[in-house]
Amino acid sequence: MSAELVIFFVLAVIAVLGAVSLIIQRHPIHSALSLIVVMVALAGLYLLMGAEFVAAVQIIVYGGAIMVLFIFVIMLLNAGEEERTNFSKLALYAGIPMAVAVTGLIAAALVNSTRATSLPAAGAAGTLTSTRTLSNLLFTDFVYPFELTSFLILVAILGAIVLAQREN
Amino acid sequence: MNEFLTQYAFLIVPIVKIAILVFIVLTVDAYLTWIERKVIAHIQARWGPHRVGPHGLLQPLADGVKFIFKEDPMPAGVDKVAYFLAPFITLMLALTSLAVIPFGPQRFTVFGYQTGIGIADVNISLLVLFAITALSVYGVALAGWASNSKYSLLGGLRSSAQMISYELALTLSVVGVLLIAGDFSLREIVDHQGSAHGLLSWNIFPQIIGFLCFFIAAIAETNRVPFDLPEAESELVAGFHTEYASMKFAMFFIAEYTSMITVSCLATIMFFGGWLSPFPASWTFTHYLPSVLLIPFGLWVIFDGIRYENLFGRMVLPVVGAVLTLIGVGLVLFPPVNDAIQGIFWFLAKVFTFLFVYVWMRGTLPRFRYDQLMSFGWKFLLPVSIANVILTSAVILWRMH
Amino acid sequence: MVPTSYYLLLSAILFGLGIVAFVFKRNIITIFMSIELMLNAVNLAFVAFSQALHKPDGEVFVLFVIIVAAAEAAVGLGIIILTARNRRSLNVESVNLLKL
Repeated sequence: MSAELVIFFVLAVIAVLGAVSLIIQRHPIHSALSLIVVMVALAGLYLLMGAEFVAAVQIIVYGGAIMVLFIFVIMLLNAGEEERTNFSKLALYAGIPMAVAVTGLIAAALVNSTRATSLPAAGAAGTLTSTRTLSNLLFTDFVYPFELTSFLILVAILGAIVLAQREN
Repeated sequence: MNEFLTQYAFLIVPIVKIAILVFIVLTVDAYLTWIERKVIAHIQARWGPHRVGPHGLLQPLADGVKFIFKEDPMPAGVDKVAYFLAPFITLMLALTSLAVIPFGPQRFTVFGYQTGIGIADVNISLLVLFAITALSVYGVALAGWASNSKYSLLGGLRSSAQMISYELALTLSVVGVLLIAGDFSLREIVDHQGSAHGLLSWNIFPQIIGFLCFFIAAIAETNRVPFDLPEAESELVAGFHTEYASMKFAMFFIAEYTSMITVSCLATIMFFGGWLSPFPASWTFTHYLPSVLLIPFGLWVIFDGIRYENLFGRMVLPVVGAVLTLIGVGLVLFPPVNDAIQGIFWFLAKVFTFLFVYVWMRGTLPRFRYDQLMSFGWKFLLPVSIANVILTSAVILWRMH
Repeated sequence: MVPTSYYLLLSAILFGLGIVAFVFKRNIITIFMSIELMLNAVNLAFVAFSQALHKPDGEVFVLFVIIVAAAEAAVGLGIIILTARNRRSLNVESVNLLKL
């Protein structure tokens, strides 16, 4: 039971518990806090896999900006707890097994792919992807998507401003 | 016993370092409040704390005891999870950010475990610090919302909006330093500033615009004057921490001063050469500067203590002065110890200079109005930071040819 | 040494939980958050494959996914604010004007 495996299981359990808590909680703020816990756990997993820049960007952008946006909107719209209504029995008794089935299908497809062809079963331990490598790729092979996404963000900013304007 | 220590040294050594660092930082926090009250008082032509212990030196202790014994009420209708979580998150993040800061250059081996001065030595320490700064917005926003009070909600939203706005300028103003040093690791950034020419090789000279943007944005991030409208007492009662009392308020308080210390450490590491001495390395006589400062100071404390007004001061102050003088003399007599503390001495001197500037600004400047604050952040500071990045990269490219 | 299939299993579980949250919750904002959860699960799969194949391309794609998620969150939340102001409720069943 190596240290890596122990850390993986701890972080994986935290992530799954956070996701379950997202579903169970009644107030949207508590769901948002659970989602933040999931994201921080995932950032820890990225660090474990040696993707240090991606882990930092995940926390800074996803956890520090996008989720803050969610929390602001929840606070501004004064979202309350969800009302308890009578759950449709069909939804409960057919929905959850169906969700488990879909998850199983995806999991089986993904896990099988590691057994086929030339994909190694596990990556080398302790390899670190340096930021320099990522930035080299970003500006040489991926420069076209890079420019497109910067344009996309500009359009999104304009869209958000137009949507949030008050009608005069 | 020795074997156990050697096998688990990778766990035990960091834990011991964490314990020492947290103890030191909490004590410095407490005495930072003393320094702040004394300095602001003297700026305003009055004496600060004066009665609790000689020169008011036991005032932080009295404040701590007050915080422990005060009643800790919880208002009705608060969201219990968020109410308890907010000060906890704020304090945890503020203390965690100290883990990646390197305090000195030495590397030593303890029980076969190689380590430096500083708890963790990661490749991306600067990014970790920004991640922690990004997450600390939650403490403020949740505190404001959970308190079930209009003042707190408004204060919390304003304060977190301010923190997010200035976070962008903070991150961009540091990119110039990154371009020069070529690495995210804080230790590498200090090493890159070299010590051959002393003061002239620090990053402050190529990056003066970056430093000014960084310092202004950092003051806004830590919610200090002149950017402290969301928590000023005369404005929104006390902003997002109105409904917090005693221990939880103490947590916010400690978190604010700790983030001040972190920002000062960052400013010295990135722009002022960290633990490098301002004199060129060939001037070895400057190694006696700590003693030259300590011995006269210790003698002055003895002299002042002997003539102090009450008996307690007349007993304690001369002892303190004698200890300081002996430390100064000991540094002269034992050169290995003197060489070892050079890095830490210069680091602490620069950090305390920045903390003094923080306190000085609090005593001198009025505060910004909220709309002035936001327009300053978005319309002035952010474009200037971006211009700094473009200028720095242009100069680096031009130098490469 | 953590096998890649463990990471992929975790990614599938998180994706499944995201689907469950998407289908069963009634608050628009919570549904939107479940979309973010699904995107995170996919990011995890990307980085796992990137580590297994020793190519940093997967991580570059994760950066793009994060950027697109940010843009989508901004515009989506703007739409949600407008809808909530109009319908006066955050229940997703209140947006039913096109229902027969």
